[in-house]
Amino acid sequence: MARLTEENIRLAREIISRYPKPRSATIPLLHLAQEQDGFVTNEAMEHIGQLVGATSAEVYGTASFYEMFKFEPVGKYLINICGTMSCALMGSEELMHHAESRLGIHMGGTTADGLITLERAECQAACTEAPCLQVNYRYRFRVTAENFDTLVDQLQSGALEGEIPAHGTVAAVRQHIPADKGVGAVAPEDVTEGPAWLDGKAAL
Amino acid sequence: MTSNPGGTWPHAPGFYVGDRPKIVTSRFEYEDSYTLQRFEATDGYKGLRAALAKPAAEVHEEVRNATVLGRGGAGFPAGNKWGLTPQGVWPRYLVVNGDESEPGTYKDRLLMERDPHQLIEGCLIACYAAGLSQCFLYIRGEMALAQERVATALNEAYAAGYVGKNILGSKFSVDIVLHWGAGAYVVGEETALIESLEGNRGMPRLKPPYFPAAIGLYGQPTIVNNVETLANLPWLARNGAAAYTAVGTATSPGTRMVAVSGHVKRPGVYEIINGTTTFRDLIYGEEFCQGIRNGNELKAFVPGGGSAPWFTEDQLDVAFEGPQAGAAGSMLGSGAVMVMDSTTDIPRAALTLTRFYAHESCGKCTPCREGGTWLERILSRVVDGKGTDADLDQLLEVGQSICPGEFPHASNEKLGITAVPFPYRMNTICFVGPSAYAPVHSALTLFRSEFESRVTKRTLIPVTAVAQ
Repeated sequence: MARLTEENIRLAREIISRYPKPRSATIPLLHLAQEQDGFVTNEAMEHIGQLVGATSAEVYGTASFYEMFKFEPVGKYLINICGTMSCALMGSEELMHHAESRLGIHMGGTTADGLITLERAECQAACTEAPCLQVNYRYRFRVTAENFDTLVDQLQSGALEGEIPAHGTVAAVRQHIPADKGVGAVAPEDVTEGPAWLDGKAAL
Repeated sequence: MTSNPGGTWPHAPGFYVGDRPKIVTSRFEYEDSYTLQRFEATDGYKGLRAALAKPAAEVHEEVRNATVLGRGGAGFPAGNKWGLTPQGVWPRYLVVNGDESEPGTYKDRLLMERDPHQLIEGCLIACYAAGLSQCFLYIRGEMALAQERVATALNEAYAAGYVGKNILGSKFSVDIVLHWGAGAYVVGEETALIESLEGNRGMPRLKPPYFPAAIGLYGQPTIVNNVETLANLPWLARNGAAAYTAVGTATSPGTRMVAVSGHVKRPGVYEIINGTTTFRDLIYGEEFCQGIRNGNELKAFVPGGGSAPWFTEDQLDVAFEGPQAGAAGSMLGSGAVMVMDSTTDIPRAALTLTRFYAHESCGKCTPCREGGTWLERILSRVVDGKGTDADLDQLLEVGQSICPGEFPHASNEKLGITAVPFPYRMNTICFVGPSAYAPVHSALTLFRSEFESRVTKRTLIPVTAVAQ
C-alpha cells in the first residue's frame, strides 16, 4: 500500500496518453490510487505527481478539493445518505437518525469492524426517488428504515459482494481506446491547422 | 416493445413516458436501450451519417436554425455558442458537462445511463459541425452506473468505427475521452469544469476574459455543452431543423426533460413539450404528477432547480419557458421542480438548500465563502428557535452583500407584492453564492410570518435611556 502497482502504472500511462496535457489525468489517477488502497495515500499522491509532472503538494491541492477522495481509511462500504431538499422533504433526517442508531455511529463515523462508514451527502440526482442513498456510489431508492436495515444485514452477511465493489472502485468498467482506432492526443501548441474535414463534406 | 404509455419501468425508475412527442427519451422504453445493438436498430448513428454527408458549415447552420437552447441552466442557443469561437485558432475542444448536481435535477444521469450512444452521437455531430478536434466527456464522480454505461458504449463505438480515426471511412476523426469528477457541485459551472479537467481545484474563472469559447481548455477555444443539449442533436440531424422547431414554441423549440420531486403523488422525470406546458399541468396533470400527495394543499414550489427563487400557486399558470419564468421572478435553470405541500416547515426547507450551497462554495469569492456560511448559521439558529428578529434582517443584509440591489421574487396577491423579474446583480464570479441566498430570500419574502413566529423579539433599550 503506497505507490501505484506495476499494473496501475500501466493503466495510469494509458490514461495520461489520452490527454493533450498530462496534468489533466490527475483526478482519474487519484481515483486509481483510491481504488488500489481504499483511500489516497501520501505516497500515491507523490507518485501521481511524478507521473503527471506536478509536485505532491499540487496533487494534494487538487485532491483535497473533491469530496470523494479520502485521506484516511474508511469502511469497505461508504453509505451516503442524501440530505438536500427533495430528500429532506421526504424524510431523510429521520432516515439519518435511524441509520445512526442502527449502526451505533454518528455521521462521518465508521463501525468498529471497519465495514461501514456513514456520511451525510448532498444531492445525488435521484430526487424523485427520495429519500435516496448510495453505497459506494450505487443507488438505493425510496429508502425506509426497514429496507435500510435489510441493506445493512446484506452488507454484513456479504450478500452484496458481487454487486458492490469495495470502497475506491467507482465504475467497474474502464474506457479503452485501441491503438489502431484512436486519433491520439496532441499538445495544443503542436496543432497549427484546422481539422481536415472542414474543407468540405466528410465525403461519405 | 413494451406498451406502457402512462407508467414507469422497473429498468428506468422515476421516468414516465406519456403520450407526447419524444426527442431524447425515445429509447427509454427498451430495457436494453443502452446497448449498441438496440441503438443501431432504432435509428442509431443515422444522424451522424446524415451530418457527414453535408459540409460541416451546413450542419452548424441547421443547429443554429433549430435554436437548440442549452439545457444546462443558462438556456443559450447551442448553434450560436459554437459560432463564438475565434476564427482560425486551432485546436478547438468540446467539453461535455455531465456533472449534473443541481438540487432537484436529474435528466443527464438518465440520458447517460439509458442512452449513452445517443449522447456519443450528439458529441460527434457537434465536433463535426464546429470543427472540434477532441471531446472530453466529463461525468459526475458519484454516478457509477452512468460512467460504466458510457465507458461500455464508447468501447463499443470505437470498435465499430463510430468514434476515432476516419469515422465511417470519412475524413472526420475525433477522440472522445471519458473523464470523471470526484464530487464538487461547483464543477458544473463551465469554467470550473475546465479547471477541473486541467487537473486543478474546480474553481470558476473570471469572465471576461475566460469565456470558454475564446479561452477555454488549455487556453484554446472550447465549447462546453450540457448532456441533454447534445442528446438533441441526433434527432435534429435526422429530421431537420423544420421538424425540430415544429415541436414546442418559436422561442423554445423542441422538448425538455423535467424532474418533478417532493410532495406530489407521482414524482418523476418527464420529457415535456417546450414552452407550452404550465406548472399547473406538471403538478396537477393526469399524465404528470397528478396533484399533491394526501390531498394536501400546495404551499410553494421551486421552479428551476435549487438556485431558483420560489413560486406559489399564483404562478401555477406560468408556462415552462425561460422568458415567462424570468418575468415572473424566477428561472427554469436545469429543469427541476420541487414541490412543497401545506405540511412543509418553510424555514427548514430553505435551510436544506442554503446549507447545500454554503457547503459547495469553492471559497474563491469572499461574498459566497463567508456569506453562504453566515446565511447557513443564522438560518440554523432561527430554525432551532434560538434566533431573534434581528437575525431576519441580518439574513437579508448578508444577502445584499452577495447580490446587491433588488433580488428577483414572485408576485403574491395575498401579500400584495409584485414580481421582481430575473436576473439579479451579483458580487461573485459564479452562481453558487446567489444560489445560497435565493431560498432564504424567497422564503422570507413569501412566508415571513413563519420565521417571525419562531424568533424572539428583542426589547430595544433606547440609547438615551442608558446615557441618563
